[in-house]
Amino acid sequence: MNPFETLRFAVGGLAANKVRSGLTMLGVLIGVAAVILLLAVGNGSSQAVKDSIEKLGTNSLTVTSGAGFGATGGATTTKPLTVDDARALADTKTNPDVRSVAPEVTTSQTALYQGTSHTVSQVVGTYPAYFEASNSKVVKGDYFSADDVLNSRKVAVIGSTTATDLFGTADPVGKQLVLGGTPFTVVGELATKGGTGFQDPDDVVIAPLPTVQNAFTGFGSLNQILVEATSATATTPAQNEITTTLMGQHGISDPTALDFRVSSQTSLLTTQASTNQTFTVLLGAVAAISLLVGGIGITNIMLVTVTERTREIGIRKAIGAPKGVILGQFLTESTLLSLVGGGLGVAVGLIGSRFTIVGIKPVVIPESVVGALAIAVAIGLFFGSYPANRAASLRPIEALRHE
Amino acid sequence: MIPRLRLRRRGPADVPGAIVSSAENDPPPDPLAAHGLAADGGPWGPPPVIDVRSLMKTYGHGEAAVHALAGPYDPATGERRGVDLTVKRGDFVAVMGSSGSGKSTLMNIIGCLDVPTSGSYRLDGIDVGGLDEHQLSLVRNRKIGFVFQSFNLVPRTPALAQVELPLAYAGVRSADRRQRAVAALTLVGLGDRMDHRPNELSGGQQQRVAVARALVTSPAMLLADEPTGNLDSRSTAEVLGIVDRLNATGRTVVLITHEDEVARHAKRVVRLVDGQITEDVRQAPVDGPPPAMAPVPALPSSTGGDPR
Ligand SMILES: Nc1ncnc2c1ncn2[C@@H]1O[C@H](COP(=O)(O)OP(=O)(O)OP(=O)(O)O)[C@@H](O)[C@H]1O
Ligand SMILES: [Mg+2]
Repeated sequence: MNPFETLRFAVGGLAANKVRSGLTMLGVLIGVAAVILLLAVGNGSSQAVKDSIEKLGTNSLTVTSGAGFGATGGATTTKPLTVDDARALADTKTNPDVRSVAPEVTTSQTALYQGTSHTVSQVVGTYPAYFEASNSKVVKGDYFSADDVLNSRKVAVIGSTTATDLFGTADPVGKQLVLGGTPFTVVGELATKGGTGFQDPDDVVIAPLPTVQNAFTGFGSLNQILVEATSATATTPAQNEITTTLMGQHGISDPTALDFRVSSQTSLLTTQASTNQTFTVLLGAVAAISLLVGGIGITNIMLVTVTERTREIGIRKAIGAPKGVILGQFLTESTLLSLVGGGLGVAVGLIGSRFTIVGIKPVVIPESVVGALAIAVAIGLFFGSYPANRAASLRPIEALRHE
Repeated sequence: MIPRLRLRRRGPADVPGAIVSSAENDPPPDPLAAHGLAADGGPWGPPPVIDVRSLMKTYGHGEAAVHALAGPYDPATGERRGVDLTVKRGDFVAVMGSSGSGKSTLMNIIGCLDVPTSGSYRLDGIDVGGLDEHQLSLVRNRKIGFVFQSFNLVPRTPALAQVELPLAYAGVRSADRRQRAVAALTLVGLGDRMDHRPNELSGGQQQRVAVARALVTSPAMLLADEPTGNLDSRSTAEVLGIVDRLNATGRTVVLITHEDEVARHAKRVVRLVDGQITEDVRQAPVDGPPPAMAPVPALPSSTGGDPR
């Protein structure tokens, strides 16, 4: 018996029960496609986080008001962050590792332009240093200047989402939008950041701090202070300097009872990335289970097929089929099932990963494709060989008497 | 009439040595057999095709044990001695006996489909008990043509493919295979039913497909378990005609039957009762034509002995 003959017998065997063969293949298909697709989604989302780490700039630190976890009882009074605090941080004598400081107030306002209304989720009042610290780059127009801040000019740099929502395809630079009743002149548009968070980072209006304070938030406390360290490695000393300076500013002597928090962007994102890792592992587990179920499907079908065809095996043996040939036929059948099912699964998985799934652009992991297919075929071979071997080992007469 | 159905081998490596040499012992019938020299398996004569000694087959254990084959009681010990049976090359044996007497059990062991509980079986001088799984499959494929009591055709497989199957397992080329299968099917009168699946054939036609499948490899030995059990008298006559002609070409035939009519075709009738042989009657000489063909030889003798 040459391999071609064996293949022909196997195809004949599968064609004899098309529905059953088809369903088994479907099981494998779903298993393999699920593995590829789910891992691609998980991979895609961690990729997105990695990208946004790079976008944000790795040497920025955020100072927020309020006590850290576990120290809530320590601070007797919580002093808000003020522009004075920011000024103290900007002193390069006491804080040599700090390059720039940008105080921030944040609000949400409705913007109007020629009858088009759009709710901007983030209206930020800040200093020009903000742009570099937050890695926000202007593609059209320009940033606002320190002079604009000093003079409380009503100018704004807007995010790309805000720009398209309000101005469509038109160039927003030089146009005037009305933000919460105050007219602002758009001086620049930021490059699209894209993101995976709940908040669209491109739906933003950035204006000089005093302008925003004057129009919306008042001259009280700041929401946060964005600090840029001199380099990525300087973030830790910078963090210590900030803590010391602010302890002095707020009159705190106990370092366990702080009323502010300094966190680096990278540490935040690392947390997010590890959450993502968990997410990927979870997806992988779900996918592996579906692959396993597909494998059990093959095993089951092979068991049923072989049991059902034990008499036929007996006949074949009685007319002189060697055990090897019979084994070969059944093994080829189960391998074909898993290979064709797995191959179609790979196709479905690859096609599926071209679409954006729940806001995530899947990124296929090549190893998952090879691995899923290999596992599917291995399952087919392994679980196909067991019942086939059992039946092929019977004496012809035992097989013939089988009911 | 009988087309050339010789099995061409791919190469000697394909077959264990012992089987190669004996497979050449296809017809013509050995002249020594006529002188009775082969009967006792002397060193100068060919051994009997079938040589069964003290054969026993027991199903189950203890109280529930069924002695399907046990042979006569030994007067000395009171134990069963097992079945002894020798069949010479070219013989045509009919095995008779009531239902459950052990006919099929004996036949399955002779056909290498089952193994005895005890005793020895030599096929063409080879001890079958000493063959491994692969050699057994070669023996089944090349030396034996088996027709089952219940046809046993491969389901969903057209008649032609069905008959090609033993040749496929023997490694015969596709074109060759087809040609021989067509010849065998034509021989059994099913030339116009080649593409029919078993469920599209009548019982008699299925039986004839089974006969065609058994003889397509030109085995030296045709074993048939009630080949006419399910057939009407006309189909019976057709199948028996085929068997007679095969025997006339020198093939050894063993068939099981309940009908005296069928047994009349045999050269020798063996009767089984409760797992032992009670009667062994010779109706015609081993080296002559089968009784049904005795008056007018239906085939020119050259066809049968043609060693091509
Ligand atoms: N697998 C088996 N297990 C147990 N007993 C069996 C088995 N096969 C056969 N037997 C018993 O062995 C005895 C002989 O059976 P066998 O099939 O040889 O009968 P038979 O002579 O061919 O009968 P029939 O003419 O009805 O075909 C019977 O009593 C049967 O019940
Ligand atoms: Mg029987």
